[in-house]
Amino acid sequence: MLTKRIIPCLDIKNGRTVKGVNFVDLRDAGDPVELAAAYAEKGADELVFLDISATEEKRKTLAKLVLDVAEQLNIPFTVGGGISSVEDVDILLKNGADKVSINSSAVKNPDLINQLSEKFGSQCVVVAIDAKYIDGNWKVHLVGGKVPTDLDLFEWAREVEQRGAGEILFTSMDHDGTKNGFANEALSKLSEELNIPIIASGGAGKIEHFTDTFQKGKADAALAASVFHFKEIEITDLKKQLRTLGIPVRL
Amino acid sequence: MKENQKIVIIDYGAGNIQSIKFAIKRLGFDAFLSHDEEEIRNADKVIFPGVGEAGSAMKMLRSTGLDKVIPELKQPVLGICLGMQLMCNHSEEGDTTGLGIFDAEVERFSKSVKVPQIGWNQIVNLNSHLFDNVEDGEYVYLVHSYYVPECADEIARTAYGVNYSTALHRDNFYGVQFHPEKSSKTGEQILKNFLNL
Repeated sequence: MLTKRIIPCLDIKNGRTVKGVNFVDLRDAGDPVELAAAYAEKGADELVFLDISATEEKRKTLAKLVLDVAEQLNIPFTVGGGISSVEDVDILLKNGADKVSINSSAVKNPDLINQLSEKFGSQCVVVAIDAKYIDGNWKVHLVGGKVPTDLDLFEWAREVEQRGAGEILFTSMDHDGTKNGFANEALSKLSEELNIPIIASGGAGKIEHFTDTFQKGKADAALAASVFHFKEIEITDLKKQLRTLGIPVRL
Repeated sequence: MKENQKIVIIDYGAGNIQSIKFAIKRLGFDAFLSHDEEEIRNADKVIFPGVGEAGSAMKMLRSTGLDKVIPELKQPVLGICLGMQLMCNHSEEGDTTGLGIFDAEVERFSKSVKVPQIGWNQIVNLNSHLFDNVEDGEYVYLVHSYYVPECADEIARTAYGVNYSTALHRDNFYGVQFHPEKSSKTGEQILKNFLNL
């Protein structure tokens, strides 16, 4: 049976992980390669690297990081953050990334989704969507949630699927950082209306939130950052608990 | 494991080859990328990767003449993902004629399941040395929209809406739908087994 995936997300700046990462058993908590390997060892199903650096050297640094990670890691990983062209993606995939995640650039240039899926296959194109619930509607936001658009979450998600995205990574900005659970109502609607996998993001605080997002939110995968980085939840414990409740996971 | 073997990964412009090269390196071997006929024919082991679209991948194989070379190979050959699908008779993807090594037709998953299948699923009914020291029901990483319906060459099965053949074997040819290079320790064991053939 296909299992539900648990995906830790690492924020990368200038080739290093940022935000407090509390892996006491590591020599250097900022080294993404070491962190990635530690998560793989603990049973993470995939990893996401989100590059938040804005330097000119960014592309080169990121490409090198991808190569270093690919050399060590025996599970799949996705790279996102500021990817805006076929050339960007080509380099990352050639260096060993399994998938790329695009967000603002897809909204600005939706045809990029078609180009990427035709050239590299749908399976490596993740479209990330950040949305906020405003006056009864889920509105898509850009640039890490700073810039609102008129796009409706569900309409945009359907368009993204038609254009060839292989997965959608949906982050609810209303839930992100709250640790009060995922946006399960919107997630289950996405999952029912679309025929591609949906990754839930934003709001993980305790194990029950993962249970809920798989059962009520019908998510195919759940992504989280701080609960894993600060060891508030151990992936092995989480997966054991999910399995006890009948949710299929890889252990 | 057999020392000093020459492992060639067929390089025909399709897919993420780096990950396979690294996975082999983690097992202590060097794998070489090549599209050179002689080099491929002289290798001890040949890996035939593939990610992307079947039609354009076959076109690349034909334009380089590799479509003739691969079916004639005598050493162990491992097709991975699209590589395995191209080794079949035909694929529904782009109505593509394959290499005809495995007697199977590749079909698209029905809409009753999410497509692509992405993630970790189980392999069962294991029936080959490729799966030595791999338990029935272990998890492997899969990403695909097309699959091989159960067929006579099957050496592993997976369930996703339907039961399908997730690994194939005929003579010196092996194929796996999953990505051993991304399937954690289980994948490492399978690659190790291939290098031991």
